[in-house]
Amino acid sequence: MKRMNMKRVSAGDHLTNLLFYVLLGVFVVLCFYPIWYVLVASISDPTYVNSGALITLPRGVHFTAYKYAFDQPQLWIGYGNTLCYTFFGTLFGLCVCIPCGYALSRQDLPFRGIIMGILVFTMYFSGGLIPTYVVINTLNLVNTRILLIILGSVSVYNIVLIRTFCQSSIPEELREAASIDGCSNTRFFFSIVLPLSKAILAVIALYIAVHHWNSYYNALVYTTDTRLQPLQLYLRQLLLINTGAEDLGDPDALKEMQQMIASIRYAVIVLSSLPIMCLYPFLQKYFVQGVMIGSIKS
Amino acid sequence: MQPSVKRKHRQQTIRRMIDNRALYLMILPAFLYILIFHYWPMYGVQIAFRNFNFADGITGSKWVGMKWFNYFFHSNNFSTLVRNTLILSFYDLLAGFPVPILLALIMNAVPSRRFRKVSQTITYLPHFISVIVLVGMMNSMFSVNSGWVSTIVRALGGTPTYIMGEAKYFRHVYVWSGVWQQMGWNSIIYLAALTSIDPGLHEAAMIDGAGKLRRIISIDLPGILPTMSIMLILRFGSIMSLGFDKVYSMQNALNYSVSEVLSTHIYKMGIQSTKYSYSAAVSLFNNVINFIMLVTVNRISGKLSGNSLW
Repeated sequence: MKRMNMKRVSAGDHLTNLLFYVLLGVFVVLCFYPIWYVLVASISDPTYVNSGALITLPRGVHFTAYKYAFDQPQLWIGYGNTLCYTFFGTLFGLCVCIPCGYALSRQDLPFRGIIMGILVFTMYFSGGLIPTYVVINTLNLVNTRILLIILGSVSVYNIVLIRTFCQSSIPEELREAASIDGCSNTRFFFSIVLPLSKAILAVIALYIAVHHWNSYYNALVYTTDTRLQPLQLYLRQLLLINTGAEDLGDPDALKEMQQMIASIRYAVIVLSSLPIMCLYPFLQKYFVQGVMIGSIKS
Repeated sequence: MQPSVKRKHRQQTIRRMIDNRALYLMILPAFLYILIFHYWPMYGVQIAFRNFNFADGITGSKWVGMKWFNYFFHSNNFSTLVRNTLILSFYDLLAGFPVPILLALIMNAVPSRRFRKVSQTITYLPHFISVIVLVGMMNSMFSVNSGWVSTIVRALGGTPTYIMGEAKYFRHVYVWSGVWQQMGWNSIIYLAALTSIDPGLHEAAMIDGAGKLRRIISIDLPGILPTMSIMLILRFGSIMSLGFDKVYSMQNALNYSVSEVLSTHIYKMGIQSTKYSYSAAVSLFNNVINFIMLVTVNRISGKLSGNSLW
């Protein structure tokens, strides 16, 4: 009796497992196919792309779309700008947030609660777009690279993340022992805290970098100079604003371009997303770690 | 006796502050940043009550009281904007909440470790796509002539329409593309909660003859209930702070009637039409509602379940 029962249950479990495999498979395909399609379409023959054929593997491989894309000077300007904003923005963000997060993690610091409160309040209330614009205008930072580097690099959320990390992974006793040996706060920070915080350093750097790579809002609001435009604004121009371009009927010269435009769009999407998409699988554990640390807080 | 204790205490505090002056120096850059880019604009919020122009500056412009608020509350836009914002937010909240939980439960229950790892990597991937690229991808895939979605629709015997260009589809596309993009990423936190469930519970249930499905419903689901409630609070708290980026990217002349929300209105009025004070008034209204929402939701949930953010 008992054995039969066990057997029946396990047959049912097999069915459940199968169901789960299928369901998860559906989720995976749903997530993967739209991205895969872009990659495949970008190197496929434009005739297939324009006919809307469902492509699972590249067809009639050629790289003309990439050649067109490479010939766009604005793409390279955007790429260069985004690289610049991402690199220096991340550097700036790290230099500002890491020390602050550590200092606020110190239980023995007078007024840390008040300082924390002042910072956290900005997560829930802001002055709004125009007052911020007015301030930035007053500082003469509209249409400058500096602004696009620093704006958005410092986030209170990241500071809280660092603070949580330091509180849980840098033992109080360690600092006490070090201070008895005459180690100053600065020295302790540089030679003990930083080496122990490599994980959080990576997490924060990745968060800031991805934010910079993908954001367009600040550039949209605070720049009018196309030489300062990041990649995402160029993409906006190409992918969203010129959506009607296929219908603009100016023969011959435009005809080839028209043929190509869908493929060019796919190629540019691939080019712009390539760095993150390629690096992400290797850095996945850091991103996940960031979410975990963030969840401790709440 | 009492005052001298107090004084001693104060002296100790000052002593500690001086000893730790380096720590204050470490806080200073971030503090200055927040002061300049967050608190200064908060001080500048007063332009919502003034007739602001750049020549006179924040405090020099003429005081007009509630003029811009009255103007906004009585304009035709008001109800449409608030309605569009609320509907889009609520829809997003309701649709985006259960899917990551479902995904996490399934991932956790799949026996093959390898398949689980691969599916994690792939379902997190869309999170890293930028808004512009996402909307560009949708424009292409829903294109009537060349989009692969249209091809599928045709193959199933339907007639494809350009989904991105019709107002009635806007909300669905906005919300479900968001679900697509974030479901994997948002499932991380539930997966973490699932792995912290005591395996002994599962073993005991198995001995009692509970099937896999039964165990998921009776053990896993209750196990992640606290996480679920916190995530729900977080979502409710930000109900009016609908992101600008994606709505603005998806907006076109054809879906304007449902896609114009507070944040896009604030941008257009402030930056494009240079109605600074009016725009500042609308965003102040939005921020105040937001803040009240967050505090209220947090207080209620703190009373009900003991889960609160502060």
